[in-house]
This record gives sequence, structure tokens and C-alpha cells, in this order.
Amino acid sequence: MKLLELFKRRGSADEARERLQLLLAYERKNRDQPDLVAALREEIMAVIAKHVAVDEDKVKIAMDRGERVSTLEIDIEVPNGGLKKEKKAA
Amino acid sequence: MGKVIVVTSGKGGVGKTTSTASLGAALAQTGKNVVLIDFDVGLRNLDLVMGAERRVVFDLVNVAQENAKLSQALIRDKRINSLFLLPASQTRDKDALTEEGVGRVIAALREKFDYVICDSPAGIERGAQLAMRFADEAVIVTNPEVSSVRDSDRIIGLLDAKTVKAEKGETINKHILVTRYDAARAARGEMLSIEDVLEILSTPLLGIIPENQGVLRASNVGSPVTLHEPTNVAAKAYVEAARRLLGEKLPVALPTVEKKGFLDRILGRKAA
Ligand SMILES: Nc1ncnc2c1ncn2[C@@H]1O[C@H](COP(=O)(O)OP(=O)(O)OP(=O)(O)O)[C@@H](O)[C@H]1O
Ligand SMILES: [Mg+2]
Repeated sequence: MKLLELFKRRGSADEARERLQLLLAYERKNRDQPDLVAALREEIMAVIAKHVAVDEDKVKIAMDRGERVSTLEIDIEVPNGGLKKEKKAA
Repeated sequence: MGKVIVVTSGKGGVGKTTSTASLGAALAQTGKNVVLIDFDVGLRNLDLVMGAERRVVFDLVNVAQENAKLSQALIRDKRINSLFLLPASQTRDKDALTEEGVGRVIAALREKFDYVICDSPAGIERGAQLAMRFADEAVIVTNPEVSSVRDSDRIIGLLDAKTVKAEKGETINKHILVTRYDAARAARGEMLSIEDVLEILSTPLLGIIPENQGVLRASNVGSPVTLHEPTNVAAKAYVEAARRLLGEKLPVALPTVEKKGFLDRILGRKAA
């Protein structure tokens, strides 16, 4: 125990409380409903797949849940070569 | 081809998740590519201990059921870039994981990583058996007390019977990791001695991790103790255990009773 820690409020326990509050708020809200991120990803992928052939392994997805907002990062490596050839409408 | 190590115990709460995080981080810090898999489906915790709980998108069940790509489910550690986590699912469905699914995931991870470390759930049921199923080696986490040693013995029996390696007639490499060792209680003769534990289990020792408040502080902030307080006695013991896993022949020192600092003594606090 360092001398400095005497003057801090409660040390690591504060951080533990904050992390838990954030996580549990999210988990309670999502317990009985389909995951928003999964739904977003499915639909975004479907839209992209309509236009280009993407290798699913080249899609990076990162999440960071914050207190008020969360960020969802979808990083897609799109091959050069333009649009997928659309079938001509009959 | 990477090595698959299961961290298991039978008994709950002995320090499997803590050990998975710290051994994994220590191995990764030597430059190895390491992935930690949380097998505690329904009760995931390794994400919290690793401080990655806000970043979970997909999990082991999603990948095993082929609803997500492995590369999308792996979470890279923010501190060590050769360390990854594959979180457990929070589903209540106990049968969400199948042996085929897990086998596929582990086979893919073996290709990419030097070490695949599986954090087993407590118990000896399906979940624990799936976690050990594809292991090459096992770290059996044991506290020096009767019920933990007895459960370790049952787990050793399962490792020798129910793993793919055992079924092929090969031996699975087993190590005992004694955790939460309380030197003061040992000095008073209130705890099973290390010799007793090793003799009863007739399995070699990987290390002795002392009971230490630094472990709790590290989990509060979401970090393996080896990263959060590298000079802490428990952290050093984990680093040495990791080196033994890598094959180094290091003697195991028995933890000694820690002296309390002057201030701690005045304030009547436990030594940190
Ligand atoms: N060396 C140690 N010193 C002090 N506390 C410890 C030590 N090792 C583990 N603990 C604490 O013991 C508790 C249980 O640890 P952990 O979650 O790692 O056990 P587990 O075996 O994974 O449990 P479960 O069976 O529920 O999965 C935690 O609160 C952890 O911080
Ligand atoms: Mg655990």
C-alpha cells in the first residue's frame, strides 16, 4: 500500500463499481431481446453483398460500449474492380 | 501447430479465471501468440478480468455454431498485441456448444496461435469436459485444502480418460498450480503442505501463487495482475509459472510471510 493511496477515495474498488454498472445496465437491457449489433451487422453485410463480393474474413467488427453511447466499427476490405455485375432485368 | 492448454479444477472459485488471464498475459509478453477461450457458457467472466467486457461482439457459441467468423469474435488485448480473447456466451442454453463445434474452433485457433488456453467452468459435467476435450496439457488449479485437492483428483481422472489425447492412448501433460497459498496459515500448520498436495495427486508442480490483495485490485480494474502490478509477489509467481510452461527449469520457492509496512501496521491494515 503506497502512502499516496491513503488520499485517494477508494482506489480500484471505484473503478470496479463503474465498470460493473456500465456492463450490467447493458446486460439487463439486452437479456431478453435479440442483439442490436448482430442485427445491424447482418443487414449491413446483406446490403454490401448486393454490390460487391466480400470475403467475410475481411470484415472486422469492433465494439466499444460507453456510458451514454456505444460505437460499432465495421471495417470492410472491399476489393477493387467496381460493382458486381447485376443480372439484367428481364 | 499451437498447444492447447486447459485450466481446470473441479472445485469452483479456486482461481482458474485469474490464472488463465495471468498465465496467458505472461506467455504473450514473451512474444508468443496467445488466445484465451472462456468456456464458462452462461457465466462468462474472463472478459471482465481482462477488461474487455465493453468490447464483446461475438462469442464462442456464435463461432462454434458458425454464425460468426472467428476473426470477428476474437478481441485483441489493448496492452499486449499478441494476446487475444474469445469470450463465452451468456446464453442459458447448456447445450449451445457441441463437441464438433468446439473441435472446429480449436483446430482453427491451433493454426494461428502458439498457445490456446481454455478457461474451464467449475464442475465435472459437460462444460468442464468440453473445455478439456482437445487439450494437450492441463493446468490443474488447486487450493491447499481438502475439498479442492479431492476435486483435483477427480479432474485428473477425467483428463486421463475423457480427452481426445487420452482416448488415442497418449498421455496428457498435467501440472498442478497451487493458488491462494497463505504463508501465514501454512506457518501455523493450518494448511495442507505443498508436499502433501503433490504426493496425494502425484503430479508435478507448476508453481505456487500466494494469496494476495493485488489479485483483487487487478481484477477490479480489469487487468491480469502480471500487467497491473508486475512487481507483486503473485504476479512474479505467475510469470515464473509461465516460464516453466515454456519448458524452463526454474526452482519453485515457497512463498514466505510478508512483512507489513510501517504505515500498514499503524493503521492495522493487511499487507498489500
Ligand atoms: N492468489 C489470489 N489471491 C487473492 N485472491 C485470489 C487469488 N486468486 C484468485 N483470487 C480471487 O478468488 C476469486 C475466485 O477466482 P477466479 O474467478 O479466478 O476462480 P475460478 O476458479 O475461475 O472460479 P469459477 O469456478 O467460479 O470459474 C476471485 O475473487 C479472485 O479475485
Ligand atoms: Mg472462472
